[in-house]
Amino acid sequence: MYTNKTDIQNYPGIKWPYPVDYEKINRISCDVLILGGGLAGCAAAIAAARRGAKVAVVDKGPLVRSGSGGTGIDHWHDACLNPKSKISPEQLMEFYFQNPYWGGKYTMGHMRYIQAMESYKALLELEKIGLPIRDFDDEFEGSAFRDDTTGLMYAYDYENCTVIRLKGGALLKPTLSAEVERLGVQAYEYIMASHLLTEDGKTGPGSRVIGAIAFSGRTGECYVFNAKSTIICSGMPQGEWIFSTEFNGASSKFWDPNNTGEGQAMMAEAGAELTLMESNYTICANGGMRWPMYGTGDSNNTWYGCPIVDANGKRIPYTQNGKVMDWSEIYKNTWPGTGDGGSVTSGSLGELPGDLPEKIMSGEYKLPFYADLPSMPPDERRVLWGLMIGNEGKTNYPVYKLYGKYGFDPDKDMLQVPVMAPKSNFNKRAKPYWNGEVYEPWRECQKCSNCAVYDWTMKTTLDGLYVAGLTAGNNFASGAITTGAYAARNAWKAAKQTELIPVNEDQVQKYREQIYAPTKRDYGIGWKEFKAGCARVMQGNCGEYKSDEVLQNGLDWFKSIREGEMQQLYARNPHELMRTNECYTQIMVSEMTLTASMARKCSSPTMNFKRLDYPGTDEGENEKYITITVKDGKYTTGEIPVKYYLQAPYAQSFKENYDKYCALED
Amino acid sequence: MDYSEALLVPNPMTPNTAIVFNEDKCVGCNRCVNVCRADVLHPNPVKGKPPIVLYPDECWFDGCCVLACRIPGASELNSPLQQKVAWKRKETGEFFRVGMKDPPPPNNRPPVGEKPLPHGF
Ligand SMILES: Cc1cc2nc3c(=O)[nH]c(=O)nc-3n(C[C@H](O)[C@H](O)[C@H](O)COP(=O)(O)OP(=O)(O)OC[C@H]3O[C@@H](n4cnc5c(N)ncnc54)[C@H](O)[C@@H]3O)c2cc1C
Ligand code: SF4
Ligand code: SF4
Repeated sequence: MYTNKTDIQNYPGIKWPYPVDYEKINRISCDVLILGGGLAGCAAAIAAARRGAKVAVVDKGPLVRSGSGGTGIDHWHDACLNPKSKISPEQLMEFYFQNPYWGGKYTMGHMRYIQAMESYKALLELEKIGLPIRDFDDEFEGSAFRDDTTGLMYAYDYENCTVIRLKGGALLKPTLSAEVERLGVQAYEYIMASHLLTEDGKTGPGSRVIGAIAFSGRTGECYVFNAKSTIICSGMPQGEWIFSTEFNGASSKFWDPNNTGEGQAMMAEAGAELTLMESNYTICANGGMRWPMYGTGDSNNTWYGCPIVDANGKRIPYTQNGKVMDWSEIYKNTWPGTGDGGSVTSGSLGELPGDLPEKIMSGEYKLPFYADLPSMPPDERRVLWGLMIGNEGKTNYPVYKLYGKYGFDPDKDMLQVPVMAPKSNFNKRAKPYWNGEVYEPWRECQKCSNCAVYDWTMKTTLDGLYVAGLTAGNNFASGAITTGAYAARNAWKAAKQTELIPVNEDQVQKYREQIYAPTKRDYGIGWKEFKAGCARVMQGNCGEYKSDEVLQNGLDWFKSIREGEMQQLYARNPHELMRTNECYTQIMVSEMTLTASMARKCSSPTMNFKRLDYPGTDEGENEKYITITVKDGKYTTGEIPVKYYLQAPYAQSFKENYDKYCALED
Repeated sequence: MDYSEALLVPNPMTPNTAIVFNEDKCVGCNRCVNVCRADVLHPNPVKGKPPIVLYPDECWFDGCCVLACRIPGASELNSPLQQKVAWKRKETGEFFRVGMKDPPPPNNRPPVGEKPLPHGF
């Protein structure tokens, strides 16, 4: 029998289980330092270590499972160079530029091109280190989604074949971390990086990054890293608008909950330029309203192709451009051509009818709805509930196995779609993605945003500092793995020509004082109330509609919180110390978002950014990236052209630049 | 526990427990503790006892801790009640859900591609 007896309520006030030492400093030197050991960080570590670099990886969690991809993935994107693909990397660029959901004209094109060029090759590399990628035991022989010569299985669009279903995707992170370990990379786990260290302690544009300072969330000890090159792979900021642990714990967040934006904050603090900070949206299924990821009946993404029926078993048709599709068309949504391109990324090719809310209101379809798995052809059903659900992130145990334990049988059972108000099923951006109600002020950073400005070597505007994965604006597993390796190759190439520059002890001391201040207090404000309070400021002052006055009001609030509550944050153990340091991050990232929003004096449909006080949209001269950095203790904004990566000093074509900078020979 | 005694304790945390243990099976090896990204679980000061669920409010409900355990039935993911989903048997219209009392027999068919994990995690 399972009991609740180990609930903390039964152990009030017992001693912290790990030895605590807030004074101790551990010093580590390496060639390549990687901050964040998720998919991008592990791929970077492997690429650099294989080339002979001495590598250190720092992660808030354990590498075996940390990061957004730590629990698995089911589909591998943009494998344009696989034998069956009908889409070239160049064509794929067109798709990204056309599709606002994945960045549209603000796409970091160099990063997407790198992904398209290396995605398939990276997958074969993963296979070499033990990741099952094919239908190795011929379970799906003869299925339309399977290529019987290679055993590769495709998802969503069986004609273009750019997305590959991974038979063992749930094993991705354990496989990567085993290779990291095998290569002798030093892993620093349960350790939070919080500031970059710079040459002579000088920050601001033009400074050189020479390492980072970090501390353990278990022992509280300090770690000072001195490196020739540093790569930030710490994911995306989250929680600027949403803080709710009350309903479903950290599941209110989509990305790994340790992704709180330190990478962005520390890069800006050191003097690097960031961009797309003003890009955010109200996502369907956010905050405490979220249902288990991929764990309810759905018709989108991982669940693509599953028939949805109403309470009486009446089938709700898939449509495309308003036209009803029949089953035979569902997986043939070719792009370019008839489809909207959704097929190229994830399953958003066919949709439920746009007037479904009206049809629910009029009684044509009756709630609740169900995912009618039993009506699917057996191979499509098994690949959906078995491969996709089973390998997709957060589905292996929490959905597939847990539901199975309670007898769920996809051959017999129809999984319920959450009952929601008819209109709320139709979030503007995410199509019918039945994962929870939409609450407008609860926003999140857009999927491809909040990243550094970087060049074709993936170096930021500071020497010695590189980015990859989500921190480079890439939201896919294949993107994290490819950009991680690409950035690492270039970071190591540069490191080989660099001497180690010693850290500046005054800077170390300054950051240590800031990091440990909350341990000197045992009353004041705790991290949870603080985070929730800051989120409320953003809900009110950086919501769907923006104006200079309201944004300024947000900045005034944060100035006041910095002087007040931020000085009263307390931490009673190293874990709370980690979360209180995330509070500093949250304030800084929020301020950068407000400041960048102020600098964008027009609306942007691509960014879901609406200005009340400026009538224009981001066409013509308004079409640009807003950049932000910290200079002399103040935020400074600037601008650079979209597609800067195809302008001087770079060549005009993706291919030429890629060939020049991919560093494959080094 | 003396059930007649009232205690001065904080309210139960939400979500309540996130992970629950079977004390008869769990050997307190702490594998689950060291796979958790959020340090939800902490080693028990009593050796051999199940880990303490310190921060259920930070659980991402990813199940990696349960997957890491080598002893079948020692731990279980206890999704909050509001995350327990339901389904309907197509033929009979019966209602089932995660966490229900007296569920039908389990469906133990493994997912596609299931293999032992590197590291054993
Ligand atoms: C449920 C789910 C399912 C998904 N399914 C798919 C899929 O099927 N296909 C696909 O292509 N993509 C999928 N994705 C997306 C994919 O997992 C991510 O794009 C990818 O993991 C991003 O890699 P990353 O390394 O940039 O970030 P992450 O993998 O999130 O890694 C970031 C790491 O940085 C660490 N970190 C953060 N801050 C600090 C700090 N201050 N100090 C030290 N460490 C820090 C974190 O602990 C984390 O380990 C899915 C994501 C989720 C959440
Ligand atoms: S891994 Fe299993 S046996 Fe070990 S402490 Fe956790 S629940 Fe107990
Ligand atoms: S489900 Fe994940 S976050 Fe929750 S306790 Fe287990 S490993 Fe930790």
